[in-house]
Amino acid sequence: MNSIAIIILAPMLWGAIALALPPRLKFPLVFAGLLLGCFSAIQLMLLVSTEGAFTYAVGSWSAPLGIDLKVDGLAVSMLLLTQIISLIAALYAQLYLKQQPRQLAYFWPLLGFLLCGLNALFLSADLFNLYVTLEVVGLAAVSLVALTGKRANINAALRYLIATLLGSGLYLLGTGLIYGLYGTVSIELLAELIENPDQPALLYLKITIGLIIVGLMFKAALWPLHYWLPPAHGGAMPAVSALLSALVVKAAFYIVLRLWLELFGSLAALATPLLFGLGAAAILLGSWRAIQADELKRVVAYSTVAQVGYLFLALPLLSTVAQPPALQAISMQMIAHGTAKAAMFMAAGILVLVSAGGKIAQLQGSASRQPLAMFAFALAGVSLIGLPPSGGFIAKWYLLTALIESGFWPLVAVVLAGGLMAAWYVFRVINIAFTDSPDEASDNTLITTNKPQQTMAWLAMLLALAAIALGFCGQPLADLIATGAAS
Amino acid sequence: MSHSHLIFASTGILLFAMGFAAAIVSQAPLRKIIALNVMGSGIFLSFIALGSRAGNIDPTSQAMVLTGIVVAVAASALGLALTLRLKTLAEDGDE
Repeated sequence: MNSIAIIILAPMLWGAIALALPPRLKFPLVFAGLLLGCFSAIQLMLLVSTEGAFTYAVGSWSAPLGIDLKVDGLAVSMLLLTQIISLIAALYAQLYLKQQPRQLAYFWPLLGFLLCGLNALFLSADLFNLYVTLEVVGLAAVSLVALTGKRANINAALRYLIATLLGSGLYLLGTGLIYGLYGTVSIELLAELIENPDQPALLYLKITIGLIIVGLMFKAALWPLHYWLPPAHGGAMPAVSALLSALVVKAAFYIVLRLWLELFGSLAALATPLLFGLGAAAILLGSWRAIQADELKRVVAYSTVAQVGYLFLALPLLSTVAQPPALQAISMQMIAHGTAKAAMFMAAGILVLVSAGGKIAQLQGSASRQPLAMFAFALAGVSLIGLPPSGGFIAKWYLLTALIESGFWPLVAVVLAGGLMAAWYVFRVINIAFTDSPDEASDNTLITTNKPQQTMAWLAMLLALAAIALGFCGQPLADLIATGAAS
Repeated sequence: MSHSHLIFASTGILLFAMGFAAAIVSQAPLRKIIALNVMGSGIFLSFIALGSRAGNIDPTSQAMVLTGIVVAVAASALGLALTLRLKTLAEDGDE
């Protein structure tokens, strides 16, 4: 039981303490805190896989009066993913920001607050608690984008802030309307009340659910509400981009998924054509912009827009006969994209460091200068494209199965086209990186690989390998996710 | 039974809509932040009004709105800090 308190409170504590500590001591403290988080997440996972899902009443005050936290398979797998990615991102940031102690000093507290918000979000079991955690995550994420202090980044952060506040405004209004109707915000209690709504309440409920879903679409960056994502994720420093793309965007989608499964799946089936349309548009247009982008990190950022499309495309399938494969597709896609995208942003960060600038055209010869980072980039690409054996492949496989089972044939073509386009934007980068620089003389002036960069490349590699390894553990993961999904 | 809570709730939703539209339409960051605050007030107003539907004052919705106000203050502060930084950078002619 203590693991729950630790996983939520510890990041907030070490985040606040890290602000006051002298620079030397910050990293050891944060590192210990992150390890503790990993340990607690593993403990929770073991607990759930042996004893099943359970709820935890904060301060022993249970649902109608107090706040319940819910621990199930889906929650613990997201928790574990979050702890692992943030641990690796923290090591990466420590190496990346060695020359900028001022930025590093603010990175640690913000990382702590982000983690506190994310961990609480994955465990929340009521609409209002979800709102608060969503805001904690949003504000920490905006501050992380602004961390570099450059004008372009502040602009991107401001844009992100406005988008995220519009989204949470819609979400909160929806929550208020639901509270007005039923007098509770607990998902479990609402699920019982919502089951058989009478006619006037039905329309009211549909509007409310619409507000909540659209609000979360802002935060999950579903096309066409993704406008804030490319500058924010493409401009931030690599460790931050990795955290935002892998975890923050997923957190908003996680809420949609949770509500869909537990609260309003049958009512929201109305939105099926809309979600199919937006999901397909996100896949096709996001991939297209990734193919066209001329900055390496923009390619990776637009790829996130496309990958979020798969998640929303699979969502309505949860209300059809193909629910089991659809749920597996979604959970595998969340986890596989999280690890692969974090690896890709970290690798891209190193490639940008060793080449003359962030443009793809300037990457010439970077494969020979930093082969390990390039290899990590390519491996992460394998998972994003959905080539076997990788987590991305399993996710696509289940998604296609679900689409075929429920008879949505045209969307099969969209998913396949999305894979081809992903191959296009990944191979485009690889192709240029393997071309030798035209003038050898300039090669010598560029920074050659140094020790920290090599370690950073290994960190990216570790995550890329994890994305591939996910291809071999589809079944255990599916079993874990299924724990408590039915209840 | 009085219907005053409905008047408050619809006013709140009207304020929400106005703030939402203004936050999207206006160009200046400061205007956007003010618009978001108007939007927030609209949400809080309808939240309280709908919560106290039965004519009694409902402490739960008030507690939630209080939390919401704290979040809104923090978000506005962050927005203003970013705007201020943007202004200083523009004045210095810094990159």
